[in-house]
Amino acid sequence: MRPWIALNIKSVNYEFLEETFGSKSQLLLQSNPVHKKIPVLIHVDKPIPESLIIVQYIDELWSSSPSILASDPYDHAIERFWAAYTDEKWFPALRGLRVAQEDEERKALKGPVIEGIVLLEEAFGKCSKGKAFFGGDQIGLIDIAFGCCLGWLKVTEKLSRVKLLDEEKTPGLVKWAERFCADGAVKGVMPETEKLVEFSKVLLAKLSGAPTKK
Amino acid sequence: MEEVKLLGSWPSPFVHRVIWALKLKGIKYEYVEEEDVLYNKSEMLLKYNPVHKKVPVFIHGGKPIAESIVILEYIEETWPQNPLLPDDPHERAEARFWTKFEEDKIQKIFGFLMTAGEKQVAATKEAQEVLRIVEEHGLGEKKFFGGNNMGLADIAFGWIATSMEILEQAAGVKVLEANTFPRLKAWIQNFNEIPVIKESLPDRNALLTYYKARRVVFLSAAAS
Repeated sequence: MRPWIALNIKSVNYEFLEETFGSKSQLLLQSNPVHKKIPVLIHVDKPIPESLIIVQYIDELWSSSPSILASDPYDHAIERFWAAYTDEKWFPALRGLRVAQEDEERKALKGPVIEGIVLLEEAFGKCSKGKAFFGGDQIGLIDIAFGCCLGWLKVTEKLSRVKLLDEEKTPGLVKWAERFCADGAVKGVMPETEKLVEFSKVLLAKLSGAPTKK
Repeated sequence: MEEVKLLGSWPSPFVHRVIWALKLKGIKYEYVEEEDVLYNKSEMLLKYNPVHKKVPVFIHGGKPIAESIVILEYIEETWPQNPLLPDDPHERAEARFWTKFEEDKIQKIFGFLMTAGEKQVAATKEAQEVLRIVEEHGLGEKKFFGGNNMGLADIAFGWIATSMEILEQAAGVKVLEANTFPRLKAWIQNFNEIPVIKESLPDRNALLTYYKARRVVFLSAAAS
């Protein structure tokens, strides 16, 4: 999703190739032989994998406004820090919570996910400086990094029966999430929660080895 | 110039990375050693890195930055002399890819230090598989990950060059066996000959003692 949004922000024309879940195309295996994962951006026949690296590449290459990454090196470092936090700490914790089957397990796994969101709420306050997005007036790197997790956040809230974005505890992020999902660059890209819930059930069934329901 | 401070811990490979970058770019800095970063974190550390509570923490003009790769990118942007990243956006993306690969896989490469018996055999094999990918796809025929000159990815993988032998000794196992990984071995030699790297190496005996002690801690934690 992330490179998709970045390309939309920059109004770059692109061809979107959908990979079928459960099998990897020749093009994917050739373009990303190390990880064999999507997304992969192929520009002038050169492949670039890893979503946040692609976003940086897009921002560097199509450097006309709007800019995605901050121009100030310190703000840029803060962006990178929270993008890395989202990917390396928070999203894996969210995933762990989503796939937990027992209530006891869920109870234990809920804590770090909510703590992470509270940290991100604080970060939002500092980074946005009262404006609409982490990036200020425009969508920036943290908006894209964390924003693209919103689909899975909503799925986790549904499947694990837990409230993660809360009007009382995280009012900033609640409003931010609405704005992000409504933005022109994001609207056509964000998957519907119901579809993701169904997909998640397919994934969980695969994980547990149970036959998938049609 | 605004004050530059680095909060670190002498054995940490993550701290070494930042020191190498600062020295390569000729940046003056004040180094502050965390006396007991594992069991008794200083107020300074908790203040400047409340999220992860880890070193290194880089403080420039009073503003803190945590996470070694984030710090390296900041240093690169702020002090562009002796660049760690190429100009071409695609090559920059490649350098970042391998830097991220190292960050994602470091636990797997390190695993042999923290395990014993059957588990160590499996961990050693896993480390070798990762290193095989690094050698074949990352390094290829190049002298450095960065091409003819060392760059960001070389710094990220640098701990393999400076410390792998010591880790192998501490763990009592050989990961980079003789005649395997010839290109990686050549890279290790080239990397260690870079003057800034050579003169920054911590004391080998001290590092060996440190890693042996860490191994004892890992193994007893696993047993309990």
